[in-house]
Amino acid sequence: MASLKDLKTRIDSVKSTQKITKAMQMVAAAKLRRAQEAAESARPYAERMGSVMANLSTTMSGTPGASPLLVGTGADDTRLLVVMTADRGLCGGFNTNIVKKARERVQALKAEGKSIKIMCVGKKGAEQLKRLFGPYIVDSIELSGEKTITGSTAIMIGDKIRHMFEAGEFDTCELISSEFVSVISQKPRAKVLIPAKDAIDEGVERPDLAGAVYDAEPDEESILNVLLPRYVDTVILSSLLENVAGEMGSKMAAMDNATRNAGELIDKLNIIYNRTRQAQITTELTEIISGAEAL
Amino acid sequence: MADKLHFDLVSPERRLFAGDVDQVVVPGEEGDFGVLPEHAPFMSVIRPGAITVMNGNETEKTFIHGGFAEVTPAGLTILAEEAIPLSEIDADKLAQDLADAREDISAAKSDEEREHAEALVVKFEAMQAALAA
Repeated sequence: MASLKDLKTRIDSVKSTQKITKAMQMVAAAKLRRAQEAAESARPYAERMGSVMANLSTTMSGTPGASPLLVGTGADDTRLLVVMTADRGLCGGFNTNIVKKARERVQALKAEGKSIKIMCVGKKGAEQLKRLFGPYIVDSIELSGEKTITGSTAIMIGDKIRHMFEAGEFDTCELISSEFVSVISQKPRAKVLIPAKDAIDEGVERPDLAGAVYDAEPDEESILNVLLPRYVDTVILSSLLENVAGEMGSKMAAMDNATRNAGELIDKLNIIYNRTRQAQITTELTEIISGAEAL
Repeated sequence: MADKLHFDLVSPERRLFAGDVDQVVVPGEEGDFGVLPEHAPFMSVIRPGAITVMNGNETEKTFIHGGFAEVTPAGLTILAEEAIPLSEIDADKLAQDLADAREDISAAKSDEEREHAEALVVKFEAMQAALAA
């Protein structure tokens, strides 16, 4: 049986671990609030962008010569999967769930006979995916250098994707990231990024024009050409922001659990400690009494 | 006829303005245009410059860089990549930034750096023009 001193050290160490997890939980809670605000304030732009794109795409996608970003290259042989995860661990199943989703998608696409390329955003996902699908990974971006996610982060990623697209390295592109359902629930999700038409068609609210037709300046095609890259960036930005919020929510829940587990462990260890001490006292007493009787 | 125009100004990071105003003058790619209530549906790319928001006796100017305007029956929406109120721009600092950016063009080592610096010069020049107007 462990000695009293050993037990004491054990209890102390669990106590300090509990302090750390508690602090991490509080930091995550504060960051979560900020991340949620950021995601919230980015929403109006994304919504407006979505409805403008919806309008333009209905008029434009029928015409020949529409931008391949909008209608696709016509082929669907190579698919780029952009997998967005967090840069840090200790956030429960957050990263693992996203990677699991990515794995499902890769297997499904492979079964369809498509070739696959993977771009990792975030360190944790890159580490896990490297083990599974190392040869497929064409690029990996780490975000730990950036303190907060801003528009320029999204533009950087968007530029990379567009460069690859223009170079004909893939036909369609899919974004795998986490959907922020609520603070305690995040769902991994895959959505189509290129061709943008497919993404836009997925239920975007269209403004009611009351039968009127848009006047466009300079013309619809050039507007669309300006707007499409920006639309891609907007989708990336909102996914990134949602991911950060999800990561923090998940981390908060994980750390809350850890704190509670540490508490339970401390209680248990305390009971053992007290019993051991009592047993020692009893033994000592028995020895003294039996010694006195022997005299 | 509605007597006020609903106007939204949003950037990727946040909503900068939402409310009812009398008129907005927007620097379109092919020339400035004013938007009054009940304007016909219209969309345009914006060149870097200042938008003027008129409401009652107040006029407010905001510098917009890289944006897009959409007029629907519901009102006017401007999607701006960057928006700074003119009153917050410091003319001296701007002149300094512009000089720095010009220096960067000649000092640029790669095409990428040069492009970046050139884009900055165009932006700062547009800001100066907006201030002077």
